Amino acid sequence: MSYLEFLNTYGEALIGGALTTITQFVLAALVAVAVALVAGLMKLAPVKFVRGIATVYVEIFRGTSLLVQLYWVFFALPLFGVSLHKFTAGFLTVGLCFGAYGAELVRGAVASVPKGQWEAALALNLSPTRRMWRIILPQAFIIMLPPWGNLMVEILKGTALVALISVADLMFEARQINSATYLSAQAFGTALILYYVFARFTVTPLMRWLERSMARRIGKA
Amino acid sequence: MLDWKWEFTWTILPRLLEATGKTVLAAGGGFAVALVLGLVLTLAQRTRFRPLSVITRELVELVRSTPLLLQVFFVYYVGPQFGLRLSPWTAGLLAIGLHYAAYLSEVYRGGIESVPKGQWEAAKAINLSVAKTYRRIILPQALPPALAGVGNYLVGILKDTPMLSVIGVVELMHTANAIGAENYRYLEPYTIVGLVFLALSLPLAWLFRRFETAVRRKLGLIK
Repeated sequence: MSYLEFLNTYGEALIGGALTTITQFVLAALVAVAVALVAGLMKLAPVKFVRGIATVYVEIFRGTSLLVQLYWVFFALPLFGVSLHKFTAGFLTVGLCFGAYGAELVRGAVASVPKGQWEAALALNLSPTRRMWRIILPQAFIIMLPPWGNLMVEILKGTALVALISVADLMFEARQINSATYLSAQAFGTALILYYVFARFTVTPLMRWLERSMARRIGKA
Repeated sequence: MLDWKWEFTWTILPRLLEATGKTVLAAGGGFAVALVLGLVLTLAQRTRFRPLSVITRELVELVRSTPLLLQVFFVYYVGPQFGLRLSPWTAGLLAIGLHYAAYLSEVYRGGIESVPKGQWEAAKAINLSVAKTYRRIILPQALPPALAGVGNYLVGILKDTPMLSVIGVVELMHTANAIGAENYRYLEPYTIVGLVFLALSLPLAWLFRRFETAVRRKLGLIK
């Protein structure tokens, strides 16, 4: 079978899988950003107990494998009465896992906003919420955007693991085609190229654009 | 904890601990491949021969931006299509080694670029060959700044070994899957696997930091 025939026959399945991958990626990224923001700020909280909770979360998710977490959520969590659909379990676990890595980025960035900014906000009598939201976070955002770009690619790659709890993403479809036809180079090769194109020519440029436009908005470019 | 069976836990624990040895072996083997291959990729990117450096650069980008799981499948299944049959262990170590080599090559590159230009010029002035300049002058100085990154990826490779279970490498995750399927109980094996990874990765990170300090002390960078 020539490669064109291969694409003709299986292209549809691969594109369907790629769309699932994109959906999983977007949802996982949203979860990761939200969780990272909450856990990162909790790690800077003045109350020890709050910091403790965030540290436990971060260490558990960074200290174990994403695959272990995924299996645990999908196979063991139902025994505690929490049954998630595989699609939900997929993006939620990927998001929680990379959210733990993101939390460290948030903590580091907020902590590296110059001290004078905190003092100036205090001098202007801004409430703590307003100070964080209007003064500190926008500046921290600029600082942490470049490492978030790398993390986004990691999240995209992480979503490939949801195939192992049989979410029909790109990885899953490639594997199906492989076991049906044994055209391994074509099936896995095409999937590799699709992941590569999406990471290198969509996710990364998008993050770079965000970096530039944010820097401009805050007057640093 | 609800529904946790201690008796079952004790029966499966020896089997899981034995498999932990395999996981450590896989991580160690993969890391060894990555350390060497990473250096090859770095040097290939630094050659004056443009086609080689451009192709290596693209290869590193490709490997870094696609999922390891897919690469594991690729290495394992594509070989036989062209008459090259790899055992799960060989394919697994090759795939994970190549994946992390791409990351390590970036770490090495950063280390090498942090060596002041004067060092190159001085080596040239005393007529050292390129190989000798790298081995005796550049790499020893590139090592300390690169070490922290290397340590992160060592922990990373350990945590990525479960992915090798999909092609039948019998390590911790594979064993836990087998136990779960035999007994229809997944809670205990998966929880133990999670705890084992925590118990391995946290001390490993700590140990590597101590190693890093020891190296810096040995090279006279700190007292």
